[in-house]
Amino acid sequence: MTTPLLSVKNLRVSFRIDRKNTFEALKGVSFDVMPNQTVALVGESGSGKSVTSLAVLGLLPKENSKIDPQSRIDFEGTNLLTLSNSQKRELRGDKISMIFQEPMSSLNPVFTVGYQIKEVLKEHKNLTGDAAQKRAIELLKEVGIPHAEERIDYYPHQMSGGQQQRVMIAMAIACEPKLLIADEPTTALDVTIQKQILDLIAEIQKKHGMSVLFITHDLAVVGDIADRVVVMRNGEIKEQGTTRDVFTNPKDDYTKALLSCRPVVDSRPKRLPVIEDFMAGRADTMRLEQRSRGVKESDPVALEVKGLCKDFYSREGLFGKKTFHAAKDVSFKLRKGKTLGLVGESGSGKTTVGLTVMRLHDATKGEAWFDGKNIFAMSEKEFLPYKKRIQIVFQNPYASLNPRFTVGQILMEPMIIHGIGNGGEDRSKRAFELLAKVGLPEMSFYKYPHEFSGGQRQRIAIARCLTMKPDILICDESVSALDVSVQAQVLNLLQDLQDEFGLSYIFISHDLAVVKYMSDEVMVMSNGDVVEQGDSDELYRAPKHAYTKKLLDSIPTGLHV
Amino acid sequence: MNTAVMNPSIGIERSPGLWSLAWKRLMADKIAVFSVIVVILFVLLALASFFGIVAKGWNNETAVNYAPPTWFKDSHKPSADLSGKQPTTSGPALDTGLAKPEFVNDRDPLRDTINELKGQLGQSTGSGAVDEIKIVDPLADVIAELKKKLGRKGDEIGSGETVKKLDSLPFGADKWGRDVLDKVIKGTETSLLVGFAAAIIATLIGTVLGAFAGYFGGKIDDALNWFYSIFSSIPYILLVLAIAAVLNKKGVFTVVLILGLTGWSNIFRVVRAEYLKHKGRDYVRAANAIGASNMRRMFVHIFPNISHVVLVQLSIYVVLFIKSEVILSYLGFGVGVDTVSWGSMLNEAQNELILGYWWQLGAATLFMAVLVTAFSLFTDSLRDALDPKLK
Repeated sequence: MTTPLLSVKNLRVSFRIDRKNTFEALKGVSFDVMPNQTVALVGESGSGKSVTSLAVLGLLPKENSKIDPQSRIDFEGTNLLTLSNSQKRELRGDKISMIFQEPMSSLNPVFTVGYQIKEVLKEHKNLTGDAAQKRAIELLKEVGIPHAEERIDYYPHQMSGGQQQRVMIAMAIACEPKLLIADEPTTALDVTIQKQILDLIAEIQKKHGMSVLFITHDLAVVGDIADRVVVMRNGEIKEQGTTRDVFTNPKDDYTKALLSCRPVVDSRPKRLPVIEDFMAGRADTMRLEQRSRGVKESDPVALEVKGLCKDFYSREGLFGKKTFHAAKDVSFKLRKGKTLGLVGESGSGKTTVGLTVMRLHDATKGEAWFDGKNIFAMSEKEFLPYKKRIQIVFQNPYASLNPRFTVGQILMEPMIIHGIGNGGEDRSKRAFELLAKVGLPEMSFYKYPHEFSGGQRQRIAIARCLTMKPDILICDESVSALDVSVQAQVLNLLQDLQDEFGLSYIFISHDLAVVKYMSDEVMVMSNGDVVEQGDSDELYRAPKHAYTKKLLDSIPTGLHV
Repeated sequence: MNTAVMNPSIGIERSPGLWSLAWKRLMADKIAVFSVIVVILFVLLALASFFGIVAKGWNNETAVNYAPPTWFKDSHKPSADLSGKQPTTSGPALDTGLAKPEFVNDRDPLRDTINELKGQLGQSTGSGAVDEIKIVDPLADVIAELKKKLGRKGDEIGSGETVKKLDSLPFGADKWGRDVLDKVIKGTETSLLVGFAAAIIATLIGTVLGAFAGYFGGKIDDALNWFYSIFSSIPYILLVLAIAAVLNKKGVFTVVLILGLTGWSNIFRVVRAEYLKHKGRDYVRAANAIGASNMRRMFVHIFPNISHVVLVQLSIYVVLFIKSEVILSYLGFGVGVDTVSWGSMLNEAQNELILGYWWQLGAATLFMAVLVTAFSLFTDSLRDALDPKLK
């Protein structure tokens, strides 16, 4: 039995909220990381996974955090918690290094990437001049950056998100660390890039024989790369074991829920099981009941879009104008009570299509037939009565609700604008009914958005749309910012509402599994073009276009068998 | 629906909004509380003066010319003092030193001259204040007569006899013998009135123009930016003096107008930037999606979210305009002679200072420094309390 490289024993961390209250972020966490091993720390927001990694690096804010004196974090036999600041600094970047979630904000925009890598080399390895330059190019090559000799003089903004994350990895491995901590390194990236970065981390881990502590909220991602999995919730470890054990034979209900509340491509249960279902032990029966999706040619059409084009212009020079085609010749039919899924990576134009359809952008060209009329040809005034019938739920529930309004005001405003209901009393009554419908307590009416969690806020946003009794609801990445268990709840809610009111959805997402679960038909977009369009089951089973195939191959499958 | 729902006011604990949270943060800040108290005291003082409770008689000549502050009179030796007493002497003799000069000192160099003059005029060498004065000022009799006829208040009480004026005041007196304390209180009223009124005008203009420029963008933005650029390219003092010359009427109202009309450019820039930032936010898009009109989006949705910026800017303006009013009045473009401001006090003090009468300068400076410092500290704390990022 080898000794562990990193051994966390009974780690307890609490944060001071104000003078009286403290919040216990970690309640006795213990786990080991062996040499040459990848351990994944999995948990949803608030589980304490990031606090754990910050504690290992000694980066917790001193003024309001407190580590229990009984806790130990042993790294190669020395307790990190007893080290002085300068000793810790020596360790960081040399023996332990870290990659962060947002490569764009983790790299300094005013220095070239080469300079930033060389800085690390100078600091820890005392390499300068030609030797540092040579090593930096070597590192960039190793992380798979083409033309490394030229790219070394690039500034971060000249590179794509995936390349920036590669540069971050190059900096992290510059000193051949024993332990690499990766905090959600792929969350901000597109699904195809995510796969490349995961492969790169796995490859580098093997090559250098280092250990990796991989932190993520997405259990499906870790199956590909981790040897061991530690599942955390609310500051406690729920389950830990080898990846195979955790995936094939989960013991804890929470792990089971995490594994199955995420929609998968090959099954479509009527409702997604959520954590409560596992606690109540009814999840297994739920999974058997399947929902059938798909459209028939006889289904009535709610909205028909023909040849939609949307160009954006940017000023170039004094008089010049640069045209960017965000959407090129997009046509589709949305059937009543059905869902049209729209998938693609960032910059593919899927959001542009959604916003243009409801005239938040003006279409450059094209027609949209709704209720027998072309809504693109209408004036703003003519469009107003139609406006309430096409509604949208945005991606970020933290940004889409006005922080200065109470939930009551948010829900009643559209009714006031469109003259729905008579008087304040009738309107507040409707608002209360809708709150109940989306599963929020009555008290919410008097609260402000900042008092709610992300999932609850998304429910408020959905309730706001429902006040206008829309025919079409556009969901623009509406569940992408949510934790998987919350995502399942919101998806269930959307399904229920579709069943009850016969809503038609345009469901926009980069997450192929979620789109598959929700959609009757799917449209795949890339660089403003529709590359493939068709019945969702068929498209996922037998993709025709190369790009669709590539997308489908990138979906994290959970366990790599 | 149960009754509690239909009747929202019953038994519902209202959640704190962002404003009340900010208020809580402000009140937790000791400096903020202290400066708020100081500012409130000044406002109360100004209000009391406005309604004539205090400083009503600021224009009355209640004391002798250049009466020193009470606490200072013992060590004060006015340069015009003819008594010839040693500055170190103290005690009862000094009490009458200013009002009725006594010629008791034989060493007085003037005494011989006066006696000589008296002798030449064939008058008795008997002492008497009126006679002495007559020799120096031949018109003394006429002036005394005139004063008696006019019956100027403060000069005399009752039967034509010259009344003894106060020889010292808490903050001293100016060259007409007016109470400096009353003047400085009156000046507080003027300053606060000008500061707040001008700040509100400038904020209104700047906010509305900034909102339109930032929200609509395009041609409206270009036009307003042109206007703003031209406006801010003119040297500030020159612009103020030009407007003062055009209005050609002195008074508090004019000063308010000048400062309000010239001062909007700062807030225009800030508000425009905020609107540019907010108009693309999801909550504004969501408001568009539910059919809210442009005006509604601008002023119902966005404005409450940037109002903290406006509030901080307003409070910066109050400080700025109080100082500007002082400068304008000092230069003589401010308030007229019928009212008093710290600036006009400073203007008067500039001549007095040569003679060693510093109390008018001291009082105006002290009041202004305390108010401006307190208000600036309050502004800083306000910005911290309202900034959602600095929680």
